[in-house]
Amino acid sequence: MQKIIGEQLIDKASELLSNGTVSCVLGWGLGEFGYDVTPTLFKSVEDLKKGFVFNDFCGANFSKYLVEKTRKLDGKILVFLKPCDTYSFNQLLTEHRFEREKVYVVGIPCDGMADISKVKAVTGEGILTIGEENGKIVVTTLYEDEPVIIDVEEVLAERCINCKSKKHVAFDEIIGEEGKVVESGRFDEVARLESLTPDERFAFWQNELSKCIRCNACRDACPACTCEKCVFDNPASGVENKSPANSFEEKMFHIIRAFHVAGRCTDCGECSRVCPQNIPLHLLNRKLIKDMNEFYGEYQAGEKVGSRAPLVDYTTEDIEPCEVFDRRDKNV
Amino acid sequence: MFKCSLEKNQNLFAEIAKNAKLYLPVDNADGSASYGEWSEGVKWSDALNTAKSAKDFFFPQTEDLMGFKTIGKTIEIIDTRRNSEDFVVFGVRACDVKSFDILDRVFLTDPCDSFYANKRKHGTIVSVACTKPAETCFCSTFGIDAVSPAGDVSAWKTEDALYLQANTEKGKALVDSISSLLEECTDDAVNAQREKTAKIFDKLPLKNLSTNSFGGGKTMDLFDNPFWDELSSSCLGCGTCTFVCPTCQCYDIKDFNTGNGVIRYRCWDSCMFSEFTKMAHGNNRLTQKERFRQRFMHKLVYYPENNEGIFSCVGCGRCLTKCPISMNIVKVMKKIGGNKGE
Repeated sequence: MQKIIGEQLIDKASELLSNGTVSCVLGWGLGEFGYDVTPTLFKSVEDLKKGFVFNDFCGANFSKYLVEKTRKLDGKILVFLKPCDTYSFNQLLTEHRFEREKVYVVGIPCDGMADISKVKAVTGEGILTIGEENGKIVVTTLYEDEPVIIDVEEVLAERCINCKSKKHVAFDEIIGEEGKVVESGRFDEVARLESLTPDERFAFWQNELSKCIRCNACRDACPACTCEKCVFDNPASGVENKSPANSFEEKMFHIIRAFHVAGRCTDCGECSRVCPQNIPLHLLNRKLIKDMNEFYGEYQAGEKVGSRAPLVDYTTEDIEPCEVFDRRDKNV
Repeated sequence: MFKCSLEKNQNLFAEIAKNAKLYLPVDNADGSASYGEWSEGVKWSDALNTAKSAKDFFFPQTEDLMGFKTIGKTIEIIDTRRNSEDFVVFGVRACDVKSFDILDRVFLTDPCDSFYANKRKHGTIVSVACTKPAETCFCSTFGIDAVSPAGDVSAWKTEDALYLQANTEKGKALVDSISSLLEECTDDAVNAQREKTAKIFDKLPLKNLSTNSFGGGKTMDLFDNPFWDELSSSCLGCGTCTFVCPTCQCYDIKDFNTGNGVIRYRCWDSCMFSEFTKMAHGNNRLTQKERFRQRFMHKLVYYPENNEGIFSCVGCGRCLTKCPISMNIVKVMKKIGGNKGE
């Protein structure tokens, strides 16, 4: 359950709109059923009052939108960023993807966002309304006479169960209490996969990636994927594919993408959130983050603007390429 | 009307599978459902619907059209067409059954698409009536009766029995082939279920969604509607909505270099993609707003204009569930058209 409520954010946004600090607000727009919120640009206080919402289903990371919106719109944009979103924000600034002065960041605390499919696993289909009461999620459905009451901890998204930080690394101001970088078990599943034999691991990924329908949602939502023209969309590249022609291409897209964002991926988890086929894509990225941490020392992309990722930096302490063979022999 | 005790449904599936490959919704480990081939012990999912639609059976995501092989300076053309085996798709919901009519109008109209036609000819559809619709269901908006689904055979699943009724010659042949497991019965149980479910449909939150503002002839009214900017503003341009949609039928034809030849295949395309319908002169839709508008205008205006007023949406609700930003046809219809009586 979120400690801050929508009204606080509406008040803050209204104040900044009215005093001319910003010309529009990037926030969450009310949907049909309470959980289907849409990233929305609000241009007036009236719009905010009509459609702005903040609840346990506001998972979308707004950082990437700033690349396009800061180019299109005049004036400053107010954006509400949760702690994990601020890492993507910094990483995009590091890559010079938008101008910092065109954005006003209000950092908001996050107590973890809910995964609607986990909610539906408890309530079943037929959700009519989703509300909050005494720190719990209250759901009314077509099929139950009484509202179903759920602890948000039971339905947290995977990335929030394994939250890496409650601290905002970029902001102009913060609403609510500032948090800290937290310990998480986010590499546990990677470690489990590493403990499998190569054949088992191959079977795991083959099974997962065979579900891919190449909708490109993972890429299109990914704040690290901001190429003007993706190589997979470019007919002149020779590797353009709208759907995999064979099982090699099926894996190629995801593996190339994971390597391309290595060192830049902040582990925000948008890829897995948006995947319509529930493929745990974040595990590919986490594997690379884990490897980099082990090889080059702990590094968190987006923690500081302008930091050099280990893969684009050189120090005399860097590991030797023969590590590849050592690890192969040790099967890790 | 025939019935078969639910306890015997595995025997029923076995009997069907003797003559044809049988596909039905099965549960996945992640809680979703998808179509899988039946073999002994495979359980029929209770899920309302599959994550992907049933269009894949007739219009798969990728399909080889022909091949070329180069040997020295000669090119051999390889015919990759295969006659489909007979197959049965069991447990298709009314919305998805209706989608086949919409696809037929595209693929079976002259010039007929022989790849699609071949699969349609060999496929038998057994539909099943809905009893627990989701909040995202709005098939009734498009005149679909989820308690009396179409298909070669219609089925109703009650607590203890499966009721079957053949609607076509193909359906009759299927029912005849399993007649040893069926007994004739009245419509009473099915009618009782229909009545009970109809009451639930009356309570669905999207039941008042109106198509009045849409349809053939509305292009000029809607094309420059100022709401398109706002509606498309946060669209990511991914293809999720089009790929889970049972009625989206656009495809691209590509050549895949195999090293010593070429496989020419077709694959689903999406009007949301920047390279969609790119031609020699360039691209005819340069912004995401234009691509976004195309998708909804096609479903709600252009298609009905060319197909006697039939909309190219069946209200299955998949795009409502799967869109990464929860923007969808319902939000478009409400913003631009409004609800009944509003």
